[in-house]
Amino acid sequence: MRALKCRECGREYPLAATHVCEFDFGPLEVVYDYDRIKKSLSRSAILSRSQNMWRYRELLPVANEPTVGTQVGFTPLVKADRLAKALGIREAWVKNDTVNYPTLSFKDRVVSVALSRARELGFTTVACASTGNLANSVAANAAAAGLKAYVFIPADLEQGKIINSLIYGAQVIGIRGHYDEVNRLCAEIAGKYGWAFVNVNMRPYYAEGSKSMGFEIVEQLGWRLPKHTVVCMASGSLLTKIHKSYQELTKLGLALESEYHIYGAQATGCSPISTAQKAGLDFFKPVKPNTIAKSLAIGTPADGFYALKVMKETGGAAEDVSDDEVREAIKLLAETEGIFAETAGGVTVGVAKKLIASGKIPAKDSVVLCITGHGLKTLDAVNGHAGRTREIRPSLREFESILQNESPAAA
Amino acid sequence: MAKKVRIPTPLRKLTNNEELVEVNAATIGDVIAELQMRYPGIKDRLIDETGSIRRFVNVYVNEEDIRFLENQKTTLKDGDEISIIPAIAGG
Repeated sequence: MRALKCRECGREYPLAATHVCEFDFGPLEVVYDYDRIKKSLSRSAILSRSQNMWRYRELLPVANEPTVGTQVGFTPLVKADRLAKALGIREAWVKNDTVNYPTLSFKDRVVSVALSRARELGFTTVACASTGNLANSVAANAAAAGLKAYVFIPADLEQGKIINSLIYGAQVIGIRGHYDEVNRLCAEIAGKYGWAFVNVNMRPYYAEGSKSMGFEIVEQLGWRLPKHTVVCMASGSLLTKIHKSYQELTKLGLALESEYHIYGAQATGCSPISTAQKAGLDFFKPVKPNTIAKSLAIGTPADGFYALKVMKETGGAAEDVSDDEVREAIKLLAETEGIFAETAGGVTVGVAKKLIASGKIPAKDSVVLCITGHGLKTLDAVNGHAGRTREIRPSLREFESILQNESPAAA
Repeated sequence: MAKKVRIPTPLRKLTNNEELVEVNAATIGDVIAELQMRYPGIKDRLIDETGSIRRFVNVYVNEEDIRFLENQKTTLKDGDEISIIPAIAGG
């Protein structure tokens, strides 16, 4: 990495813990020396390295060897034939970050970068504003690295996500309000205390970690760019970084240039980006979230503007699904592929189904679905919708009476 | 009693490191004008060439985003707290 640069005006800044341009508040982004990277990063160099996200180390913003989250990433890319059939498309792949290490969501990718960089810059306390998954990941990775952690979450988060932060000994602060309010408070706290806030002052480094999901997809497809990629959107950051990962791999000659389209998925109860995309706008109107997909419940998405731009430039689209459709899609993915995704994964699958049904993603093509977090974290959302246990005494006769009531195929 | 404006870190160089500034303005638009009088250059940081608040700047009155109120026309009363905050990545 060479510098930080404002995405709006292009002014450059030193590689410090800072995230917005002083002149127009534009987000700062890491600038790399691609000519230099091209000399050391080849397919064979990548293949010779351990199977984790750091095999793309040159394209991740740390100065030295990473020290936090060194085993994160390289999750399976599953060829999802049964899901493809159910969705009505020739071929589907699931990038399965429900099994990302150590906290079962793609957030471990961004956190390992943010905390490795925070250590390089001399921080001993880390923090984040989170809808849950980021809090889990900061808490766990900070514990393993011996850093002190403060995580700020909406107080009404799923029980699983709260316990998954507390267990690591992090200071968990529940804010009575939605994520956008947590965010606003954290911006004020970050300005006052000298902590490494992973998604505030560490954001330029943090956000780059998401690229590793895209790098791995391309490598796992045999160094081909997927023609269609569906990504869920909260702030919209992941979608823009998947796009950047495809661009970087073609720029470096690691993947052949080919046509690709990127699609964004939201829950209807919090759909500022998809609403804008469907209306053909290049800006969004903030909303007050109301959806079971709490990990995506950001009403003022910071990267919404850039996510809209990426979808427009790649000829993609956005769509959104209701809470009932989210639950149905979670079940569909579980029943066809044996993958239990959290609500955000239900949003991605549900939106893919809609985009295929409407022909926006052609049925003759192949699609990659980015599934970002594990279903065990959002049990509340599907509790009561996943069928029920049938209880019997330990009696063969009682069991067989159940079987008799089922279809002949099952008996 | 006046209204208080919380100045975000990226703008404090312009306010001589003042974090909290008191203003008498009646609307958000007037607040920006008043800040500009006292701290020349601050308006350009907040307002784009079309006169709108820049797309990565969020302004809140007592914790409510002014886009849910009346944007720059949002009226203020004594004791109101105004926060100017850069957009933040998710979560």
